[in-house]
Formats: sequence, C-alpha cells, structure tokens
Amino acid sequence: MILVVASYGKERLSKATYELVGAARQMGSEDAVGVLVLGSGVDAVAVEAAGIADQVLVVDDAALAKYNPEVWSEAVASVAAEGEAWIVLIAALRSGREYSPRVAVRLNAPLLEDVISLSRDGGNISAQRYSFLARATETLMVESPVVVATVKLGIFPVASSCETPGEQFEVEQSVAARRVRTFEERVDATSTVSLTEAEVVVAGGRGLGSAEGFERLLVPFAEALGAAVGATRAVVDAGWRPYTEQVGQTGKTVQPKVYIAVGISGATQHLSGMNKSKVVIAINKDADAPIFKIADYGLVGDVDRILPVLLEKIRE
Amino acid sequence: MKILTVVRQVPDAESSLRAANDSIDLSNTQLVMDTMDEYGVEQALRLREAGIGIEVIALAVGRASNEEMLRNALALGADRAIHVKTDVVLDPVALSGVVAKIAMAEGVELVLCGGRQTDWDSEALGAAVAERLAWPQLTWTTELVLKDGALTGRHDVDEGSEGFTVSLPSVVTTQQGLNEPRFPTLPNLMKARKKELRTEALETYGVTPMVRVVKTEIQSRERRHEITVVGDDPAGAAARLVGILRTELKVVA
Repeated sequence: MILVVASYGKERLSKATYELVGAARQMGSEDAVGVLVLGSGVDAVAVEAAGIADQVLVVDDAALAKYNPEVWSEAVASVAAEGEAWIVLIAALRSGREYSPRVAVRLNAPLLEDVISLSRDGGNISAQRYSFLARATETLMVESPVVVATVKLGIFPVASSCETPGEQFEVEQSVAARRVRTFEERVDATSTVSLTEAEVVVAGGRGLGSAEGFERLLVPFAEALGAAVGATRAVVDAGWRPYTEQVGQTGKTVQPKVYIAVGISGATQHLSGMNKSKVVIAINKDADAPIFKIADYGLVGDVDRILPVLLEKIRE
Repeated sequence: MKILTVVRQVPDAESSLRAANDSIDLSNTQLVMDTMDEYGVEQALRLREAGIGIEVIALAVGRASNEEMLRNALALGADRAIHVKTDVVLDPVALSGVVAKIAMAEGVELVLCGGRQTDWDSEALGAAVAERLAWPQLTWTTELVLKDGALTGRHDVDEGSEGFTVSLPSVVTTQQGLNEPRFPTLPNLMKARKKELRTEALETYGVTPMVRVVKTEIQSRERRHEITVVGDDPAGAAARLVGILRTELKVVA
C-alpha cells in the first residue's frame, strides 16, 4: 500500500493532499492508495478523501484535535506498519517536515525530504530534490522495504476522482500523551490569495522603507494583480509583515508563474525560496543587487516612483 | 546539566558552487559553520550564563576540516568539543544515530541544532535525534528560556506561532531571530586552543548512510535579463512592463 497522510483545514482537504495522491498515482504502481486522516470530528474530510483514494483510514479521537509531532508520528508509523505500506507520503509543510523524521526513525526507513519527483524501479526508489539553498538539484536513491517521503507542494498534478469512492475504515489507535504544553497560539493574518498556490506573487523587501510604505505602495499593486503578498526575512523581523508572508530559507518556498520582487536585494536565503519561479521581475534602485542576476525583467529605479505608475497602468 | 550543540560545516551562502558528478565540489569553497547552528551555539551559551552548573558541548561529525569550526565554537565559549571524524557523508536520519548515541553517553539533557541545514536544505536532524532518544522536540524556536528544569519559549508553526513549555530532556531546533550570535574575541581564541577537543572514529557508532546521492547538478533557469534603467521615464518603463504582464505573461486582464 501507498500511505498518504491527509492534510486539511476547515473540514476540507488541502490541495496538498490531492497532490500527494497525484504523486502516488503517477508512480505507476498497481498498489492501493490509502489516505490516512488523523483528527477529531473528521467525517467530512474522510468522505472527501474517499473520492480520490482506494482506501481511507480514519483515526478520529478527541486527543487528535490539535497537531503534535510526537502524537502524529506515532500514529502514522503504526498505521504504516500495520498496513504494510512501502512508502509513506507526507506534505512538505513545516508540520510534515518536523514529524516525518520521527516516522522514518520509528520505521527504520530512509527519509526523502521535500521531493519534486518520485519513481520506483523494482526495489529502488529514486527521487529528486533541491539542496544547497535550492541552488542544486540532487537525485537520491534508496533501497528499503519502506520509505518515508515529504512531497514539495505545487509540483505534482492533483489526483482525479475515482469511479467508485474508496472504502472507509475506522482505525483503533492509542494516542500518545503530549509532553509539550502549548499556549498563546497566534495565527497570522494571511492575504486573501494563498502564497504557495498563487499564480502571481508580489514580494517586498527593505527597499519599501517602512511598514507604511509596504502597505501604501506594494499591497494595492498586489491587489490589482490579484497576487499574493510575500516578504523578506528582514521585513518580517522588522515587524512590517506577518511571518506567514515570509519567502525564503526560513519561510515559504514559492514557484509562481510570475514573481515580482520589489525593493529586494536578493540574499541567497531569500532566493532559495523563489528561484524556481517561472518568470522573475525585479524592481530595485541598486543596479548591482543580486536579484537582477536571476531576473527576466528588471526595472532599476526608485520603488516610490515606479509602483504608483505601474498601478495606474494596470488599472487602465 | 549538559547541553549538546550540534554544528555543521557548510559552504558559505554567498560562495559559488560547482557540481562534481554525484556531489558538490567543496575543495575550493569557503566552508563556515551553518548560520542556523550558530544560533544554537549562542543559545546554549546564553542558557549557561543564565543558569548554574551548565556545561556546553559542541559536536561535529565530518571531515578533518570540521576541527577548525569546533575551535571556533570553543572560542565562542563552548566548554569542550567532540569531533567524530569521517569522510563518509551521512544523511540527516543516519547522522541522528551518532548524535543520539553521544547525547546518551554524555548524559546530555538538551540537544540544540539548526532548524534547516544550508547544504541539505533538510529539517530532519533535530526531529530524528528526538525520536531516537524518545524525547519531545520543539522546532523553529524564536524564544527559549530555561527555568527549574523546564524550557519555555515560542516557535513557528504552519500558519503562525505558539508559546510552549516542555520539561527536559528535549531537542530544540534554532533559527534566525532567536538571538544575535556573538563573535569570538582574541583572548578567547587563544583560550580555545587549550580546551578539550576529543576526536572519535565514526566506526565506533556503527552508523552508515541510508540515502545515496546519485547525481547533483547546478541547475539554474535560463533568465532573459532584460534590465531597464528607469531614469526620467517611469511612465514609459511602467507601460512596457505592464505590456509584458498583459500580453506575454497574461497575468493582467
């Protein structure tokens, strides 16, 4: 069995789950694809998952109302072992990337992280992924009865619906006690357009001068384009923008059709989060800024002067 | 109590990379301590300075050149260092086996390491160490204090952040924003030469790679590099760019 761990929010499967099942299907295996739904009150999610999977395994327990890496890894590893899964696919979200190593250790399995391709050839599984701050692409090979992989978002095609919905199974699973107590949860306000799924991203850096400058110059421009708003680490650290908008090594990785970098110089750590964008447009007053090295189109000049004119032309 | 801070030697983020068959050729590259790990060393020192009877041990697993980085960690203030010397390149999950065994042997109560390694682009090391030790983990911390055997702080999660409290022993991963790492001073660089730096062989730990890297390529997308200096004509430059967005890229209606 190929075991896919569902990620979901607000009683709907995330696009990531469709992509994971898509990745499972394109491995060309005859094996059943099982989707594991962990949570509390997840009926709607399980029904939706049945539409794309051969089997849906549900662990519905009040103790699973909130994600925790120890609890999740224990449940996933135990379901994978019992179902004799040869590969476990997990979305490469921050949460997936932090609990998947524990699943790998529990199963004594190799871990393939943040993969952009996956294939199986006999007993070998190979995968590609980016490394060295996304400047290199490496091809990995593992030979193991079971493998754990986290799958990069926005790469694999979404799964299409099955002709007949998959069968649902309730799985009995003892839930580990939590050792970490959490409080003061802060969900950062996100722009209406999802950063990782947006076709166009407009991201700003220190060149916008201030939180006020960011709000006044960049946000309306992004809105006019129907684009998601992104930001650099420096801007987030300065408190101008929420952490959820951060693009780069310590934030999100995006690969939109068009990435517009405004007032961003282009530190390697930032570039690692956006250098796979199809088209990069840079606007910066410093002609020597590294961002221009990876730009398809660039405007060298003051963002204060250029953005209002751009906005005007778009609205025309 | 003892804190183990794991440090890794990686290419400087701004250095250029050259691929050689199945790996990146590091022979002519400036190698530095991973900045993500620098935050871990700094945090270990701060916890020691704020507490009583804390010993900070720096650990590196890798080629001979790691010794220089460990001397640097000692100069920053680590009490002693362990170097598991090997030319074998381990993947994060395999490496976690070495780290966990050393943590056990040393009776460590807190393991610190970088949240995302600059060379592997991996986030697995801390979590894998935690699982091997059956300890809890906190990743991507931005605040961390130690009081009465418990850690309190904040860390980033999928769509925001949360506060946490956890008892020791634990594994914590560090990142930018947690602290401002210090620089070694000249007297401390001198003192570091006399501090204990123990060298061990990887073979002692019976750990082998679990993942084989068969090919590494530097692939950069072909870019058009049409750069325009705006100068006195922002309207003209803007019109051209919007034209491209509209007709070529088709992202403006």
